[in-house]
Amino acid sequence: MTIEVALVHRFGTFALDATFSIGKPGVTALFGPSGAGKSTIANAIAGLFRPAEGRIAIDGRVVFDSAAGIFLPPRVRRIGCVFQDARLFPHMSVENNLRFGWRRASERATENEFARVVALLGLDALLARKPARLSGGEKSRVALGRALLSSPTLLVLDEPLAALDEARRNEILPWLERLRDEAALPMIYVTHAIDEVARLSDSIVLLREGRVAAQGSTFDLLPDIEFSGAAGASPVGAVFPATVAAEHAGEGLTKLAFDGGVILVPQLDRKPGAKLRVRFKAEDVMLARAAPGAISANNVLSATVTVVRVTDEAHADVQLAVGGIKIVSRITRASLARLDIRPGLQLFAIVKSVTVDSR
Amino acid sequence: MLTAAESEALLLSLRISLVAVVCALPFALGAALALTRFRFPGKTLLVGILHLPLVLPPVVVGFLLLIVFGTREPVGGWLLAHLGLRFAFSWTGAALAAGLITFPFQLRAIRLALAGLDKGIGEIAETLGAGPLDRFVNIVVPLALPGIIAGAVTAFAASLGEFGAIITFVSNIPGETQTLPLAIYSALQTPGGEVEAARLSALSIFLALVGVTFAELADRRVRALVAQ
Repeated sequence: MTIEVALVHRFGTFALDATFSIGKPGVTALFGPSGAGKSTIANAIAGLFRPAEGRIAIDGRVVFDSAAGIFLPPRVRRIGCVFQDARLFPHMSVENNLRFGWRRASERATENEFARVVALLGLDALLARKPARLSGGEKSRVALGRALLSSPTLLVLDEPLAALDEARRNEILPWLERLRDEAALPMIYVTHAIDEVARLSDSIVLLREGRVAAQGSTFDLLPDIEFSGAAGASPVGAVFPATVAAEHAGEGLTKLAFDGGVILVPQLDRKPGAKLRVRFKAEDVMLARAAPGAISANNVLSATVTVVRVTDEAHADVQLAVGGIKIVSRITRASLARLDIRPGLQLFAIVKSVTVDSR
Repeated sequence: MLTAAESEALLLSLRISLVAVVCALPFALGAALALTRFRFPGKTLLVGILHLPLVLPPVVVGFLLLIVFGTREPVGGWLLAHLGLRFAFSWTGAALAAGLITFPFQLRAIRLALAGLDKGIGEIAETLGAGPLDRFVNIVVPLALPGIIAGAVTAFAASLGEFGAIITFVSNIPGETQTLPLAIYSALQTPGGEVEAARLSALSIFLALVGVTFAELADRRVRALVAQ
């Protein structure tokens, strides 16, 4: 699966000029602040917006080429779309919403697959209801299911969680993770929320003022001070893949192995070998010049300083290499001076709190 | 209860109004769609022309119909010769006059309903594989249905009361073009016809009440169905 995008369009003073390609399956985050052109690109890929110039090809199939005068309408492109305002058909039951795209698909999913998607998104109890009687989170799930059941070759999710409050967002995120892991469908995920990028995406296209400012794998880019600087966001402490090494490592802990050592987390109900994603915040990483002795934190990682950047009057971000992965620690400038932290220095990173996601 | 003549006028009124509304509806829907979807030069003027029947004196509309659809006029003559359609001095002509006069009521209501539709809903339907006709039948019409029904009911009620255009175009022929208002007028022209006029007027009031109540119930029912 490859998606090639090259777009040029002007809206008054705003100029969109973005070129990127997505080579791997999985979730690609179109990430950037509001007004960076993310939604415009998503709409152009879906066929809901026709840019002045450019070319879009999905798996070698050209769906838009201004030079050749090609513009396939959305119903021919068959890209499953989910927007933040769910856009359910208000006059149809949930089941008929789900079956709308399903009925019109050239290769229709079987009833078994239909039932599987319904179960995957927890929609069984909602099938007979009208959209007006659904909560915001339920609407999002129905919109996801409807897009999925139209047998698309690609899913475009345009800020699907932006209209939801924190609690609802956390309710939907696990469904999105399941979708990513089980549907095996490439997804383009538009968002301005870095925590959603960290949790869901496999790769990132960073957009700023209509241009691609950075592109790469999530594990590589997110815990990178330069990237967070370009994104204008706080750096993520770390996000890296890990596998379960020992489910019961004693004392209610599970041991995870990653490219740089092992990490202990509270007991997980996952079998050895299961692939997981480990995240932590830059604020939750402390630095020490000597190995700390009596300390409550379980995870002390041996690290090498690679980049130091002063972020404001009081704080500095320190980027470190732990084996093959990058982590970032946010400390005060006072600590930076007291410990004399500079690139090349070997020290110990103490991780106070770790979040584990699927994959 | 009702005399034979009275029930004849009543049934004729209902039939003429029903035919008028049903026949004008597709035109109103088409015009509303075109006005909502497309931008073209002279659009404002066209909107004005389409609303003319609302503001013109009905007698002018009746006269214009007479000029165009009279059996000896080109259009009316052609319709009679080739399609066997006769409007002059016939109940079909009364329906044509009523339909034309009440056309703006339907057009306005449907335009409002279409303008209120969420563009995003149509876009999503398109990404799910629905073509233009598919979207019209399965998305646009069901969602605009409350407006379409409201327009039709208003037009029906207005048709029942149409007087000037009908009497000018197709005259006042009992059993053919004499609707309730025309029957009331005739009764008033007859010495001692006040009682008859009063009975027919009471019938008109009753009819209007039933119509309004029905419109209200239908609106509620449709809105519940569409759940908006």
